[in-house]
Amino acid sequence: MARTRSIEILVGAFMAAGFVALFFLAMRVSNLSAGTVTDGYLLKARFDNVGSLKERSPVTLAGVRIGRVEAITFEKATYEALVTLRIGREYDNLPTDTFANIFTSGLLGEQYVGLDPGGATEFLRDGDTVGHTQSALVLEQMIGQFLFNKAAETSK
Amino acid sequence: MLEQLQLLGRGGLQAIGGLGRAHLLLAGMLLGLPQMLARPRLLLAQVFNVGVLSMLIIGVSGLFVGMVLGLQGFYVLSQFGAAQSLGVMVGASLVRELGPVVTALLVAGRAGSALTAEIGLMKATEQLSGLEMMAVDPVKRILTPRLFGGLIAMPLLAAIFSAVGVLGGWFVGVGLLGVDDGAYWSQIQAKIDFDEDVVNGVIKSIVFGFVVTWIALFQGYDATPTSEGVSRATTRTVVHSALAVLALDFVLTALMFGN
Repeated sequence: MARTRSIEILVGAFMAAGFVALFFLAMRVSNLSAGTVTDGYLLKARFDNVGSLKERSPVTLAGVRIGRVEAITFEKATYEALVTLRIGREYDNLPTDTFANIFTSGLLGEQYVGLDPGGATEFLRDGDTVGHTQSALVLEQMIGQFLFNKAAETSK
Repeated sequence: MLEQLQLLGRGGLQAIGGLGRAHLLLAGMLLGLPQMLARPRLLLAQVFNVGVLSMLIIGVSGLFVGMVLGLQGFYVLSQFGAAQSLGVMVGASLVRELGPVVTALLVAGRAGSALTAEIGLMKATEQLSGLEMMAVDPVKRILTPRLFGGLIAMPLLAAIFSAVGVLGGWFVGVGLLGVDDGAYWSQIQAKIDFDEDVVNGVIKSIVFGFVVTWIALFQGYDATPTSEGVSRATTRTVVHSALAVLALDFVLTALMFGN
C-alpha cells in the first residue's frame, strides 16, 4: 500500500512538472502572454507596395503595438494591396484622417504598420478604410533613385 | 537466380505480414481503452515507468543541449552582431525540433527498450499465455495501459526538456557570456508563437510518443520467445523507433512549417 502511494505521488509530481514546463513554454517562452489581439475592430488600408509585410505583423501607434495585420490581399481593380488591420477594441479613437505607413524596424528588421493620428474629430469605425497610406520603402528603388540623382548632378 | 528472387519475395511478404500484425495489435490495444479506463491504476503504473523514471535523463540532457545551443549560437550570432537573438535561436530550435525529437530518441532508448524486453520476456516465460488461460486478454490488460502511458508521458517529457533547455541556454548566454537578460526573454517572446511553435511541438511529441510505444510493444509482443529473440527485438525497437521518429519528424515539419 505504501508503494502504490509513493508511485502515485511520484506520478503526480511528474505530471505537475510536465504541466509547469508547458505553462512556462506558453507564458515565458512564447508570445501568448504578449497580448495577442483576437477581438477588436477591422480597418482597411490600400498600399501600392507592402514590401515584406506579413499577416500577423504588428500595427503600432507611437511605437506601442495596438493591433496586428489580419490579412493581405491583392485588389484586382486598383492593382493595389488591400491590407486588413485588426485594432484592439480599447483603441477606438483613431481620427478619420489617420495616416498608415509601412516601416521597417532596424535596418534589416521585420516590417510593421505604423499609424499616425490626424486631427479630425470623427473616429474610424469597424470596416472603415484608412485613406492616407505610404508604401514600404524598397531598398533597390532607393539605391536606384540615389544613383539617378548622382548621375543628374554630375552631368550638370 | 530463382532462389534470390524467392528470398526477396519472402522478405517482402514478411515485412508486409509484420506491418499487418502491428496494425491488428494496435486495433486490439485501442479496443482495450474502455477496460483500461475502468482500472486507472494500471495506467498510473505505466506513466510512472515511462515518465517518472525517464525524468532524470530528460532533464540532464535538456540542460546540456540548451547549454551547448547557447554556446554555439552565441559564437555564430555574435559574428553578425546579433547575440541579442540568442534566446530566439535556443528557444525556437528546442521547442520546434530538438525537444520532441531528442526526447523521443531518449525515451525509445530508455523506456522503449525496457517495454520490449518486459513484454518479450512475459511471452518467453508464457505469462501472456497464462493470462489467456485465465480468460484475461493480455493485449487489453498488459499492452493498452503501456501504450497510453507512453502517449501521456511523452509530451510532458518533451515540454520539460524544452523548458530546461531554454533555462540552460539562458544560464550560458546571460550568465556566462553576457547577453542582456531582458533581450533574451523579450526576443523569445516576440518571435516564438504559441500556436505555431509550442502547440506544433506538443503535437509532434504526441505523435512520437504514440509511434515509439507502439513499435516497442509490437516488437515485444511479436518477438521470438527465446532469450536471443528478445534481445533482437530490443535492438529492433531502438533502431526502428529512431528511424520512424526522424522520418516522421521530416514529414510533420514539412506539413507544419512547410508553407
